[in-house]
Amino acid sequence: MKQVVEVSKQTQELKVPIITTTKRSLVLKALKKDWQLYSLLILPIIYLVIFKYIPMIGNIIAFRRFIPGGNIFGEEWVGFRYIQMFIGDATFWHVFKNTLIMSSLTLLVCFPAPIIIALLLNEVKSKKFKKFVQTASYLPHFLSIVIISGMILQLTATNGALNSLIEFFGGKPILFMQDAKWFRPIYVGSEAWQTMGWGAILYLAALTNIDESLYEAAKMDGANRWKQTIHVTIPGILPTIITLLILNIGSIMAVGFEKVLLLYNPLNYETSDVISTYLFRVGLQSSNFSYATAIGLFESIIGLILVYSTNFLSKKYTDNGLW
Amino acid sequence: MKETKSYKVFKVVNVIILLLVVYITLFPFLNVVAQSFSGRAQIEAGQVTLIPKGFNVLTYKTILHDKTFWTSYRNTIVYTVVATFISIVMTTMFAYVLSKKRLMGRKFFTSLAIFTMFFNGGLIPNYILIKTLGMTNTIWAMVIPGAISIFNMLIMKSFFEGMPEELEEAASIDGSTTYGTLVRIILPLSKPILATMVLFYAVGNWNSWFGAFLYLDKSDMFPVTLYLRNLLAGATSGQSAGATGADDLTQIGANIKAVTMVLTVLPILMVYPFVQKYFVSGIMLGSVKQ
Repeated sequence: MKQVVEVSKQTQELKVPIITTTKRSLVLKALKKDWQLYSLLILPIIYLVIFKYIPMIGNIIAFRRFIPGGNIFGEEWVGFRYIQMFIGDATFWHVFKNTLIMSSLTLLVCFPAPIIIALLLNEVKSKKFKKFVQTASYLPHFLSIVIISGMILQLTATNGALNSLIEFFGGKPILFMQDAKWFRPIYVGSEAWQTMGWGAILYLAALTNIDESLYEAAKMDGANRWKQTIHVTIPGILPTIITLLILNIGSIMAVGFEKVLLLYNPLNYETSDVISTYLFRVGLQSSNFSYATAIGLFESIIGLILVYSTNFLSKKYTDNGLW
Repeated sequence: MKETKSYKVFKVVNVIILLLVVYITLFPFLNVVAQSFSGRAQIEAGQVTLIPKGFNVLTYKTILHDKTFWTSYRNTIVYTVVATFISIVMTTMFAYVLSKKRLMGRKFFTSLAIFTMFFNGGLIPNYILIKTLGMTNTIWAMVIPGAISIFNMLIMKSFFEGMPEELEEAASIDGSTTYGTLVRIILPLSKPILATMVLFYAVGNWNSWFGAFLYLDKSDMFPVTLYLRNLLAGATSGQSAGATGADDLTQIGANIKAVTMVLTVLPILMVYPFVQKYFVSGIMLGSVKQ
């Protein structure tokens, strides 16, 4: 074994200079030929480096002491102090649990909703009616999250429409936003409201690509509309479903931070506080920059692992992947 | 084949379900509009759902005369225009170069961009960066950090990739530079994708609030979304709007949020019917090459 390694090392060493010279001349040749194209890359690459990659490296302050106004990469190494800090932090585990519950519920409700809408729309013959439903249901997608939160607060207010409905049926008004047990239903429900119409677009596109002859064949075999849906329509949109599922699972750690931030209040922290809002308070309101960065880094690494592993599994079992 | 009886029943139920979806989608909007035109007593009694009751436009009058509101509206317009312009220039350059299959290093630069979609610096390092760069309380904090959306760039890239190469070959034989080809030949043929990109970025910028919340301290620099957010959070109230009597104040307090929401969302609602199809086509284009 060792010999083999040594031999391959030698051959590599022999090859290295040759490769670099040819590579270098290739690069020079490409630069000479396409320098105008490359020049257009300068600003976008500077942008990526400064605004994407430097903050990425900036995560190093999770392991270094940081002084506001000092070096953005911190002053001195402190090892795993901040990592240990959040491992021993009960609030962290609480918000971690909240994040998982909230995102699982969201996935459970908001992932199938657009598929159902698309399947229902697919059965509509009238083009005008279809267009009308689509146009109306896309609307929430275009609104600022501030407006959406404002609407949620108004609907759930003591004198809001939801409570009017409850009172109409003889119930007692509910203080929705003051009661921790209502936060999750409100969050998930409004998320479904906001995303189901727009989310149906990709499925509708996939539906139009299903070969009409498959339906004809199914009809010949005596399949009714329901059986056609099970055996033709759903398999036809399965690749789209899987791709979107990967994307969704990959981002399961990313609960709608801005929405929670706009909606939550100390009265419902018990269920509403998630990792991102906690690190926002720890970092920017209490100025524990390093500690908050450690939490954020942990969150993004889990996210990255999730994206890569779901993509890997999907490629292995379905030949469908993001890359 | 004849439709079965159960399928006929299903079709009716289907229409009812879809109408219900439309109703649920539109209800919050109509509710806000109804409240914005209603009287205080009726709002507080919880009587206003879809039709305004106790018609009252005092709050509209007050807000429309409020200088802070107009300042923040103007800020939103300025930020949206500048940010969208910067984004379009940067995204076009990036997408155009990366669409050239023969270009050496294309794969490397593309992965450099795509990686940032799956891993980013996170809230705190970004915040520290913007502060260190001295961008807080300047327009630059509003228009630079989000200059390139990689998602949008990839959509544009796949559009450019679909253009015939002969076009550019002919141009380069005629002695046109890369810049000249891009500006005079490619861009005029890319109007649909440019329109889509302008809309994607403009709506995103119009709706954003968090950047302003993080990086701006001076209220005369706030965009209208942040003005609304502060109103919702109770950080500001109708009193600043210059109301006179106590009755007026309670009226304004009752529906100032609804009125501000309507006024903020109005421009989006007005262009929505016309631009919606560009969004749909943009998303389709993006899904081809995801």
